[in-house]
Amino acid sequence: MNNLLPRLPFADWIDEGVDWLVTTFGTVFDSIADVLAGIVEGAVDGLDMVPSIILAVLFALLAWLISTRRIALFSLVGLLFIDYLGYWHPMLQMLALVLTSVVIALVIGIPIGIWGSQQAMARKVINPVLDLMQTMPAFVYLLPAIFFFNIGVVPGVVASVIFSMPPTIRLTMLGIEQVPKDLIEATEAFGSTTWQRLIKVQIPLAKPTIMAGVNQSIMLSLSMVVIASMVGAPGLGEEVYRAVTQLKTGVGFETGLSIVIVAIILDRITQHAGKKKQGGNTL
Amino acid sequence: MSEEVTSKKIEVLNTTKIFGKNHKRAAQLLSEGKSKGEILKATGATVGVKNASFDVFEGEIFVIMGLSGSGKSTLVRLLNRLIDPTMGKILLDGEDIVQMNKEQLRQVRRKKIGMVFQNFALFPHKTILENTEYGLEIQGVAKEERKAKATESLRLVGLAGYEDQFPKQLSGGMQQRVGLARALANGPDILLMDEAFSALDPLIRKDMQDELLQLHHDMGKTIIFITHDLDEALRIGDRIALMKDGEIVQIGTPEEILMSPSNKYVERFVEDVDLSKVLTAGHIMKKADTVQVDRGPRVALRLMERLSISSIYVVDKGNRLIGAVTAQDAVQASESGKTLEEVLITDLSVVPPETVLTDLFDIVSTATIPVAVIDESKKIQGIIIRGALIGALAGDDQFINSDGTVDSVEEKDAEVALHE
Repeated sequence: MNNLLPRLPFADWIDEGVDWLVTTFGTVFDSIADVLAGIVEGAVDGLDMVPSIILAVLFALLAWLISTRRIALFSLVGLLFIDYLGYWHPMLQMLALVLTSVVIALVIGIPIGIWGSQQAMARKVINPVLDLMQTMPAFVYLLPAIFFFNIGVVPGVVASVIFSMPPTIRLTMLGIEQVPKDLIEATEAFGSTTWQRLIKVQIPLAKPTIMAGVNQSIMLSLSMVVIASMVGAPGLGEEVYRAVTQLKTGVGFETGLSIVIVAIILDRITQHAGKKKQGGNTL
Repeated sequence: MSEEVTSKKIEVLNTTKIFGKNHKRAAQLLSEGKSKGEILKATGATVGVKNASFDVFEGEIFVIMGLSGSGKSTLVRLLNRLIDPTMGKILLDGEDIVQMNKEQLRQVRRKKIGMVFQNFALFPHKTILENTEYGLEIQGVAKEERKAKATESLRLVGLAGYEDQFPKQLSGGMQQRVGLARALANGPDILLMDEAFSALDPLIRKDMQDELLQLHHDMGKTIIFITHDLDEALRIGDRIALMKDGEIVQIGTPEEILMSPSNKYVERFVEDVDLSKVLTAGHIMKKADTVQVDRGPRVALRLMERLSISSIYVVDKGNRLIGAVTAQDAVQASESGKTLEEVLITDLSVVPPETVLTDLFDIVSTATIPVAVIDESKKIQGIIIRGALIGALAGDDQFINSDGTVDSVEEKDAEVALHE
């Protein structure tokens, strides 16, 4: 079999491609890395200045504002519990990593989703790329990420962005496409421009679906923190990784539980953000 | 209505819409006279609208009627190019909208044409006021002005006070009023109404039809109304276009459609119509036998004997109805030397010719003397006998006058004079 077709050296090509990118755009990647590292570390430093109790209370208030009192209470107790366990600082590092990744994923993903919803051709390109992003094992792109951005939090952010962006794109496309056809017709019949149709009707109506995508992106980003820690990203993921490599089952569970608490808080808050504010729809 | 209007608002010329990839081949087959089914088989393309040509006059209600799949919804969407025609011209105030670019088309949609949809198509995330403002909002009309216009428009449809509700909070009928208000707020010349009342229950539907007619009367817009309901079409349409398989099979006034269906299809379509709501006194009246009042009771009596009837209408010289006389009274009068006027019965049941049959039953059933049909100047047009009323309801053509009039009664007078 091997002799029938010449074996094409795909692997070599990719290696060469990566090398070429690194040498050609090295400075570009470096500055991107600096900016990202600056954002994440700045966020951690900023949050660190606030005493943990005050920050926990602020989080609880935010949860109350967006969702329910029960979730606010859970946030307060959960965060104080993490502080009590002594994982406050790693928790903040993880939060900064996750939120930075998610914001980047949204800033890139929502426009791509909107674009895909408008053009069938775009959709044909986007969908296979999304499949690739979601199924390609994270370690595979973690390696070139290190070449581009060095060890540290930045390749972690990049890996999280790649892994967590697809649901936002997919659900943005889905949400916009699900807007009933007669409403689209109505906007057209009154002479809307494409932009007016999107801003005034499609995106507002797609908002719950888009928010479900945001929620999924946050969850996927959280699930990447342990993997990100392997390339040097600090945070709870790093604690888990260390506990596992040192066979410390108890510590592993403690840190794992802390991640779960943060995940539940973020999940419930974002779920509610999607459901609220739909006026007559709730009736 | 149609006599008052003169100018063509919309002219549709040989317009065809073919759906599907292979529409060029399909168009060719179509021009060779192949049927919709044959074209579908040969090319996979569906003929939505086939070579439609018609005019819509300013200020009329033009109804496009057909069963589902007849292409009526496609046809109405060609008029504002929500669907682009494959071939043909659509002139709006003399301008071909098919040739317009996107921006020109947008202006037409913003200023000239409003549309009302079958399932209302209200924006669920906007309040009633915001929904109504939508057309103005996208034109960049200042907030205060568009609010004023939208509020006025909501008042017109009877929804003042509901501005801050959301669509889901309103009933179907009210939602469609919002749909109508939204279309009116832009101040368009033309309203396209795509099965606008089909999703409403019958009572609400009738109210909405009445209100639409009232609005149309007050505002004088050109309305193109799509429906699958013949009763609705007959009720509100000044003219009706009947569609089948993408083709317009007949265009005419409701009466023309009913009374002279152009083919078997139309005939079948109209056969289930509730005739009692469509036919009028004018359609079923018979020639009236009358006698001029100055001829005296003997002439009246003789006429009645000859025609073997027991009473006769009495008219003045101008053929205006002044009463009736029974044979008994006429005998008495001639014996006692009275004039006809002295024995005249004057409390007669009279109806105008446009009275629909539904409103006739009661009058006809209680009248002892056949009900007379008179015009505005009290001239007698004809009479209604019970047999004709029942016969017409059964759809028997021999009882229905196709043009709604009977021959003048004057020749009868001449005949009587001859006999004397």
